[in-house]
Amino acid sequence: MEKWLEHVEPLTFKGQIAVPYTWWAGETGSLFLMGLRDKETIMGCRCNSCGTVYVPPRRTCAQCFTDTGEWVQLGNKGTVQSYTIVRFSHPLQPVEAPFAYAMIQLDGADVSLVHLIKKDLDKLEKGVRVRACFKEKSERKGHILDIDGFEII
Amino acid sequence: MAQKVAIVGTGQTDHKSHRPDVTGQEMIREAVDRALEDCGITIRDIDAIVIGNMDHFESINYVDNWSIEGSGGFMKPIMKVTTGGTTGASVAIAAYYHVASGMFDRVLAIGWEKNSESDTTGAIITCSDPIWDRFSYSGAIPSLATEATAYMKQYGATQEDAARVAVRDRNNALNNPHAHLQRPITLEDVMSSPMLAHPIKLLDVCPRTDGACAVVFAADGEAQRLAKKPAWIHASAVRHTYSWFGDSTDYDAGLVSLARASQEAYKKAGITDPSRELDVAELYLPYTYAGIKWIEDLKFCGRGEGAKFVREGNTNMDGMIPVNPSGGVISTNCIGATALLRVAEASIQVMGKGGKRQLPKVNKALATGFGGCFWSDVMILGAERS
Repeated sequence: MEKWLEHVEPLTFKGQIAVPYTWWAGETGSLFLMGLRDKETIMGCRCNSCGTVYVPPRRTCAQCFTDTGEWVQLGNKGTVQSYTIVRFSHPLQPVEAPFAYAMIQLDGADVSLVHLIKKDLDKLEKGVRVRACFKEKSERKGHILDIDGFEII
Repeated sequence: MAQKVAIVGTGQTDHKSHRPDVTGQEMIREAVDRALEDCGITIRDIDAIVIGNMDHFESINYVDNWSIEGSGGFMKPIMKVTTGGTTGASVAIAAYYHVASGMFDRVLAIGWEKNSESDTTGAIITCSDPIWDRFSYSGAIPSLATEATAYMKQYGATQEDAARVAVRDRNNALNNPHAHLQRPITLEDVMSSPMLAHPIKLLDVCPRTDGACAVVFAADGEAQRLAKKPAWIHASAVRHTYSWFGDSTDYDAGLVSLARASQEAYKKAGITDPSRELDVAELYLPYTYAGIKWIEDLKFCGRGEGAKFVREGNTNMDGMIPVNPSGGVISTNCIGATALLRVAEASIQVMGKGGKRQLPKVNKALATGFGGCFWSDVMILGAERS
C-alpha cells in the first residue's frame, strides 16, 4: 500500500451536472430526416461545383466551400465499403451486440453512410449489397435510426 | 514583430435567440461568407484559421475539425483557441500573432456559439474548479452580483446608476441591424424587471444568443490592397488570473486584470489619456454594473467616478468616449463570438462601415474581452498604419 494511504482517506466529489444538449438539425438536416420519417426515402445533395453527392446531405461542400444546391433521391440499396463487427454491449451503443457498424455507399451517392447491419453477420464482407430496412411508421420519429438497419441482399 | 497587421474585413450573423434553420457549421459559414465578401476575397486566399467557442455549450470538443464546412478550413492550418468568455478576443489576438509573426499573410478569426442548444449556466459551471467552487458560486451571475454589491458599498453607486448602462446599450442596439435584442428600453423598464440575485435584475444582464462572427487579419502591404481603410492593430494585451473565486477577485481593488491589460495596451499604443485619445470603446460588459465600474479600471475616469461619468453622458454616442455603438453584450451575447464582436465592431468603426451606428471620425478604437474568473483581453485598433 502507498504510504500516504495509511493515514489519509482519499475522498472524491461526485459531479451533479448533466447538460441536456439539444442540437438543431437545421433546414437541410431536417428535410433529410423528414424524408426518412414520412416517405422512407433517403435524400442526398449534389455539390454545385464538383458534383459530389453527399449523404447525409449538407449545405456546404467542404472541399469546394460552395453550396450544395440540388437534392438527389438515392436508392435504398447500396454497397458495403468497410465494416467492423461489434462483439460487446455498451449502453451508448444503439443496439445489443453482436452487430456491425458499416460504411455503406448508397446507389447514387459518392460518399458512404455509416449505419448498422444486424443480421447475417457471417456473410458480411466488403462489396456485399445491402438494403435499408425502415422501422414501422409509428416508431419513426425523424432520426437517423428511423432506418432500423441494413440487411444483406 | 515581423510585420504590421490590420483587420480588413468583418462578417457577422443576424443574431437571434434560436437558429433552428441552421446547424453550427452552417451558421459559422454565414459569418465567414460575409467577412470574405467584406474584403473581396475567397476562402482560397486564406492562409490559416483560428476558431473558438466554449466546448460545453454545444458539446463540441474539436471545433477546429468539426466546423470545416463552415470555416472553409479544409486542408488548411486551423487552430482552436478557447479561453472562456474571453474566447473571441483570444481568437482575435491569436490571429494577430499568426500574421505578426510573418508566417501567414491572411488569417481568418472565427468565434461562434449556439446557446440555444444547451443549458448555458450548466455549461458555464464546468469552467470552475469541480471540488472547491462548483457547489456554490459558479455560473455567470453569483460572482458578478457579489462584485456589484461590493462596488455599491464602496462608492455609493445605485441600481439606477447601473440601469443607465442598459438603457444606453439597448438603445444603441436599435442602430445595429445584427443585434439580437432590438426593443427600446427605459430606466423604469430596467428597475421594474425581475430581481435575479441582488442587485442584478433581468435587464441588467446579457441575453443568450445564437450567432457567429468572422474577422480577416492581413499583413502590411496586403492590408492596403484589401481594404480602403484598414483597421491597424496598435496593441493587444492579455491578463488571465486563475480560477479560485476566493483568491482572484478582490473586488475593492477593481477589475485588476483589465486595469493591467489596458495599461500595457495603452503603453504600447502611446495612449496617456484614454477617454480623450480613444474615439470609441467596444467593451465586453456582460452586466450593467461593469459599465460603471470597469471604465474606472480602463482609466476613462477616476475611482468611484464611473456612475457620474456615465450619468453625465460621456459614454453616449455624442459623448467624450462613446461606449458600445453596437449595443454591446447586453444586446447580443453569442458567447464564443461575443469578444470577437467587440474587436469586429471596433474595426468597423475605424473602417467607417458602421452604417447607422457609425461615429463621425474614429482614429483609435478600444475592444475588450472578459471571461473566466475575471480575466481580460484588450485590443487597440487605429486608422494610422502602426
